[in-house]
Amino acid sequence: MSWPALYAQLVRVNRHSTSLGKIWLSVLFIFQVMVLIVAAESVWGDEQSDFTCNTLQPGCENVCYDQFFPVSHIRLWSLQLVFVSTPTLLVSMYVAYRNRGDKRRLIQSSGRAGFLGNKGQEEELETLKERKLLVTGALWWTYICSLVVRLLFEGGFMYALYVVYNGFQMPRLVQCNQWPCPNLVDYFISRPTEKAIFTVLLATASSICMVLNMAEVAYLIAKALTR
Amino acid sequence: APLIPPTTNPEPKMNWASFYAVISGVNRHSTGIGRIWLSVLFIFRILVLVVAAESVWGDEKSGFTCNTQQPGCNSVCYDHFFPISHIRLWALQLILVSTPALLVAMHVAHRRHVDKRIYKLSGRTNPKDLEQIKTQKMKITGALWWTYVISLLFRIIFEVTFMYVFYMIYPGYKMIRLVKCDSYPCPNTVDCFVSRPTEKTVFTVFMLAVSGVCILLNIAEVVFLVGKACGKHLHNAGDSSIGAWIQQKLRFF
Repeated sequence: MSWPALYAQLVRVNRHSTSLGKIWLSVLFIFQVMVLIVAAESVWGDEQSDFTCNTLQPGCENVCYDQFFPVSHIRLWSLQLVFVSTPTLLVSMYVAYRNRGDKRRLIQSSGRAGFLGNKGQEEELETLKERKLLVTGALWWTYICSLVVRLLFEGGFMYALYVVYNGFQMPRLVQCNQWPCPNLVDYFISRPTEKAIFTVLLATASSICMVLNMAEVAYLIAKALTR
Repeated sequence: APLIPPTTNPEPKMNWASFYAVISGVNRHSTGIGRIWLSVLFIFRILVLVVAAESVWGDEKSGFTCNTQQPGCNSVCYDHFFPISHIRLWALQLILVSTPALLVAMHVAHRRHVDKRIYKLSGRTNPKDLEQIKTQKMKITGALWWTYVISLLFRIIFEVTFMYVFYMIYPGYKMIRLVKCDSYPCPNTVDCFVSRPTEKTVFTVFMLAVSGVCILLNIAEVVFLVGKACGKHLHNAGDSSIGAWIQQKLRFF
């Protein structure tokens, strides 16, 4: 997973967000992506190889691992980060569309007037690309939509994790009696306490991001109302 | 060469180099002590963590051997004695301790933005002037002083908190060779042997010592900044009236 490439994309789009949006991006990257890379991937690295069971029956381990871990935490978090970063692309697509319309209008108007030299037109086009759009009108609606979708994804993924693993704790021992296990067999999960600590850490970081998003929505609505 | 990290592990590793690049961007606006702190952080903590500590703790679970064949006893005893690995604690500590520097970076960016707007309003839209705003070094005065001191205090709080958490989880700096464990499913009290205990003790002592040095550097920086600010105010109050002093304070905001 190329996190630096994702970060580069998000920073480019972030020019048009509010300051709360920029804080959200920093919190996301420091407390979610970095914690995921630094720690969680080494903690979950041996989750299947060290899933020890109290039986020699072939196939029992695979079946019980699959029953207890339908989707690994790491994959869920990576998917969450990818989905949560996507709504910003909505905003960047809208900004690109606006810029294209303005560029076309600029070229048409200078063509009709005929007095702007080539260099003047190039300078105008450059300022068009570099300017920061005001968050009003249709851009405001696009932005609010992207924030709401982000909130839904973040909340949805946290809920999915909670439902699939029955809470944020990780038990030491699970019991399983799927075929081909001969009877009720004990299974021991590797590093359950460390996994529980990181699950709680990442859930907290997600909640902070959700709070920031809600604050940004409230701020934008308040700004629009006062205008 | 002994300094090349092992390349056999295909897991994606943390890119500390880009992390350092981001943090050192703040370096231009720090004091001299702040730059020393950053070098100590990078050389003695991040580099040591990457080069040495990660290979020492790499086989902590596979090398944790128990004197029993009972399946699951190994996992359970390891989990009981090592709720969170030293390496993860240090990596989290490094991430958290570097975060307050970003507060300062955000404040500097905000001030630059305000300066740029003031320049534009006063009519100086010369691109060279705007470039100069980007590259000039901010003086640590006024609101930036407060942001800087608060970031230093947070840094100290985070370092001390992590050292306390470390002490709570692993009381004592020594790594024991042998632990006795009798959690289910171990049949009775079983001997379990930790892998590389002496090497781990050496690195633990080293990292704790460097943490202590960093805390001292941060405290020294706070004292230096407070001393400088007090000295400046006393000097100003000495040769101007209260009105002029208030005017000077307002100019910084």
